[in-house]
Amino acid sequence: MNEKNSSLLIYTLIYFGFLYIPVLFLPIFSFNDANYMSFPLAGFTTDHYEEMWSKRNLHKALWASVKVGVVASVVSTAIALLAAKAFVRYKFRGQNVSYGAIMMPFLIPEIILAVSILIIWINLGFPLGLVPVTIGHILFCTPFAMLILIARIEGFDFSLEEASRDLGENAWGTFYRVSLPLYLPGIIAALLLSFIISFDEFILAFFLSGSDATLPMYMWNQMRFVKKLPHVLALGAVIIVFTTFIVLLAFWLRNVGQGKEKQDIAIKL
Amino acid sequence: MNENFIQINGISKHFGNVKAVDDVSFSIKEGEFFSLLGPSGCGKTTLLRLLAGFEYPTNGNLLIDGSDITALPPDKRPTNMVFQNYAIFPHINVEQNIKFGLRKLGLTDDEIKKRVDDVLALVKLEGYEERFSGQLSGGQRQRVALARALVRQPKVLLLDEPLGALDKKLRDEMQLELRTLQKEIGITFVFVTHDQQEAISMSDRVAVMSEGKIQQLSAPNELYKNPENIFVSDFIGETNFLKASTRSKDGDHINVAIEDLGDFKVKNNLNIPENSSDVVCSVRPESMMISRDKSDWDICLEAKINQTSYLGEMTRFYVEVSGINKVITVSSQHFDNQSFENNTCFISISLEDISLLQKK
Repeated sequence: MNEKNSSLLIYTLIYFGFLYIPVLFLPIFSFNDANYMSFPLAGFTTDHYEEMWSKRNLHKALWASVKVGVVASVVSTAIALLAAKAFVRYKFRGQNVSYGAIMMPFLIPEIILAVSILIIWINLGFPLGLVPVTIGHILFCTPFAMLILIARIEGFDFSLEEASRDLGENAWGTFYRVSLPLYLPGIIAALLLSFIISFDEFILAFFLSGSDATLPMYMWNQMRFVKKLPHVLALGAVIIVFTTFIVLLAFWLRNVGQGKEKQDIAIKL
Repeated sequence: MNENFIQINGISKHFGNVKAVDDVSFSIKEGEFFSLLGPSGCGKTTLLRLLAGFEYPTNGNLLIDGSDITALPPDKRPTNMVFQNYAIFPHINVEQNIKFGLRKLGLTDDEIKKRVDDVLALVKLEGYEERFSGQLSGGQRQRVALARALVRQPKVLLLDEPLGALDKKLRDEMQLELRTLQKEIGITFVFVTHDQQEAISMSDRVAVMSEGKIQQLSAPNELYKNPENIFVSDFIGETNFLKASTRSKDGDHINVAIEDLGDFKVKNNLNIPENSSDVVCSVRPESMMISRDKSDWDICLEAKINQTSYLGEMTRFYVEVSGINKVITVSSQHFDNQSFENNTCFISISLEDISLLQKK
């Protein structure tokens, strides 16, 4: 028994080491006083962070990413909410086909999605920029948002909605007073995760952004110059911390309420 | 009192090929405690949901207090429902739950406060206003659900197996309490249950349902004493069925040949035709007598006790009648499993206690 446990522990350590050690190099080198990512470390500095802060193009790219992320996450969460509600609540003709269709961008290679949108967009005669990137991100984020919301709505007791109708509320009043507050943690989790997915996304932005760089595009552009590498490392470190925080928040929100209520019922029973 | 307060006229509800409710018509009186009783899948819940407006009928129409509600959505109907799982909103407290349905009634703040206070007193939940659903016991949740529905002062209160989730002791208490409450406030109750004991102990009238149809609609004692068909006889209480065939009529009685037992004359309440072989005789276990010695009752049979189960207030005997390969259930308050030597006994039946029923 003991032996088995320790081998499991070793496996776990290797697994997490493999996952996180490369990522840890980024913040380490971002404080290193050198232009190259190599050992031994040359001393501690915050210069790279100051340099990062002073780049105007970086600010522009950050703003672009935030705009795209906000629009993409709001739109894809709205679509995903309606779809998730329909899939959980009702049985209808073509259910499996439409479920598959919404999940498709999650499964097909992103580069194919990007090239397809690029071809259509150019043939329609529209200019490249943040608009096609946003459209691509909506397609790409919707399946993630829908999976999160389905998980939330599946545990939902639909007799609560019936009770609201019974107590004199119409469909909208019921949505506003009962469904929305109870779905809310799931909705916020879906918003946060879609935002992060959009914020970090590179391939669609690479093909569709034209001259309006998003943050990952900005990083990609900077990486070509050795002297600019350090402040990209600093930026990377900041993004890692920010993303981790958002993802943890989203997971916490996804389970909030649900778990507690079940626990309370279990105690009473 | 309005005899036709709720009118159910030719109501059917089909789900695909399934006829959940199949051409049902009856009326419920104003102020009545009315139960829909039947096994699961008999259509009782569907009928209740049709009254609430959560389902719309395939055919037929519904009237409450003279107005047609068939096409009205749930929020426009003069009904309120107590749900099987109570459906207490978990994100708001007890007081907000109770106030939930008052928003659109156009009441002043004082009126709302009075209604909430009154209903809290009625269901004995004063002091629980700030609690949330997760902090309440099953019985308390049931009271919140009841209060939330009653505070709207509906014309009809619909109850969907509200006692099913409670333990037996609490359930018995709530049965009495619900009954008292209903008499006190005088609102018409339509109560759905699969528990025959619950239905007959609480209701003014009971509709027994099976396969989407009403099998019998009568007062509880009538259901028990004079079941109109085999389903009702079997479903309400316990009974023994004996195969039989009818011979000639004799006024309101009829001569029957009961298989293996001989010819007897029994009452024929249901006016079953002569010379029919599709009939059975039903005898309740407690209407028979079990004894050590032979009796002078109409039918007395020697029997062997196969098994007994002691139930406290009575003992149930499973006996095999000599010469017939059939187990009959008899219950007795006087004897228990210690009472008989060599497991031999006599069981006696009075012809008055035999109900003659027709097979479908």
